[in-house]
Amino acid sequence: MADLSVKVAGVDFHNPLIAASGTFGFGREYAEFYPLSVFGGISTKGTTLHPRPGNPPPRVTETPAGMLNAVGLQNPGVDAFIREELPWLSGQGTRIVANIAGSAVEDYCQTVEKLNPTCVDMVELNISCPNVKEGGVQFGTSAQSVYAITKAVRDVCKKPLMVKLSPNVTDISEMSVAAEHGGADAVSMINTLTGMRVDIHTRRPIIHNNTGGLSGPAVLPVALRMVWQAYQKVKIPIVGLGGISTWQDAVEMLLCGATALQLGTVLFTDPYAPVKIAQGLSEYMEKNGVAHIADLTGGVRPW
Amino acid sequence: MGKYDSILCKITRAEQLTADVYDFTLEAPALAVLAQPGQFAQIRLPGHALRRPISICGIDRAAGTLRFVFQVRGQGTAELAGFRAGDALEIMAPLGNGFSLDLSGKVLLLGGGIGTPPLLGCAAHYGKNAIAALGFRTREAVILEEDFQSAGAETLIATDDGTYGHHGLVTELAAEKDFSAVLACGPAPMLRAAQALAATRSVPCFLSLEERMACGIGACLGCAVALVGGDGREYYGHVCKDGPVFDSRQVLL
Repeated sequence: MADLSVKVAGVDFHNPLIAASGTFGFGREYAEFYPLSVFGGISTKGTTLHPRPGNPPPRVTETPAGMLNAVGLQNPGVDAFIREELPWLSGQGTRIVANIAGSAVEDYCQTVEKLNPTCVDMVELNISCPNVKEGGVQFGTSAQSVYAITKAVRDVCKKPLMVKLSPNVTDISEMSVAAEHGGADAVSMINTLTGMRVDIHTRRPIIHNNTGGLSGPAVLPVALRMVWQAYQKVKIPIVGLGGISTWQDAVEMLLCGATALQLGTVLFTDPYAPVKIAQGLSEYMEKNGVAHIADLTGGVRPW
Repeated sequence: MGKYDSILCKITRAEQLTADVYDFTLEAPALAVLAQPGQFAQIRLPGHALRRPISICGIDRAAGTLRFVFQVRGQGTAELAGFRAGDALEIMAPLGNGFSLDLSGKVLLLGGGIGTPPLLGCAAHYGKNAIAALGFRTREAVILEEDFQSAGAETLIATDDGTYGHHGLVTELAAEKDFSAVLACGPAPMLRAAQALAATRSVPCFLSLEERMACGIGACLGCAVALVGGDGREYYGHVCKDGPVFDSRQVLL
């Protein structure tokens, strides 16, 4: 096996694969398939200061080469996360990225302050959830507000801070620059693209929230383009996600500028995807004489 | 292996039961050992991001097989129907919580349409202590009648249009029977009637629910269902992990 280790914002990951927030819960369900150390890290379910019930069903539906979701940040709250999930998760041999969301700057800051004394390795600031009113995306759609919330959280956050960016903006690279200026140690991109499907018999949107977030292979080309554009603007590492399903997709994402990767929707298609992608990456590196994953980052040769 | 796994399995038998209902048997010894009646599988279809949740209809541990009876509902299940004996399907199973198997006395099984297959395993378990009241739209849609009879269950059929069996509802068939528990799977109006019937008789009742689903194991929180806790508070549970079988007192239909 080739050396798959990467460093993101000072944190060492033994491979570049991180489970994407919202697709992996707090890890317990996937531990039935394999040790969670098949992932370099796990970004835990978006957690808020207080518990949230989530949206009414239906919350998910399949779409061509993907799916829509509007779960609505259902989570037990940060205190329950720390008390009931973290002790177990911290013993699984994988890095823990705590994804946090909120409806006000103070919520984010108070949530981070609760995480500061814990063993989480990194905080991922979710300012891009499209599925709840005041779920954070209002902070993620203008450069000024991305800067302001990143800075406010940076001031209280003692962990490496990664900001998860929304693709539902005119120019995502401006948002990555704003996050960098606000003090982010890394950015992750992209969250889901807002979408909609309609039941033609009932004339109801299939998702109860009317709109949902599109993910899966359908969004990979959009994600690659956005990571590539942001890579040209920022110096901080980019964790690339959006539709990665195969090791070839993973290589493309690295070449477009990603330092590490997140896997989400593919886990629903094939829970063993991280095992297969790690194997494929390793073989690709050996075949092409690539010593470190970092040697692939940004290696695309544009025309 | 854990409580479930995802494994490529060979289809040993594939038959069409009605115009839109199919009957597959898969070779899955490792999964059959773990499976209980009322649990389900997530079946992977080539080219699809999401799997299709299909209830387990039969568990044969000796033969190492699982049986699935499913209805064509959309594009995915239409493609599934095109698979043949000898083909392979990747299935994640067994998932969720099945039906109670420790009930005493007569157990009433109420099935509606494509809700009947998951009850067949209960008929096999309870045998002569099972009364199966199964409802269908019309004569041509009736499935699994002989299977429930062979399992030893007293088997009663109702159709909406009266072309076969009782002309009316399964709960009407059950009205004159004595039973000490109800297990039900079917459309929402039938489940509401089952809930009401069990409440009238003061017997325990368990309902199998469905909802649009993604991961199938409780990680993504997609398949939310409104439940009421012991303290009377409403909350969202999840069909895949907390169900698909729920105590009817928990369920807000």
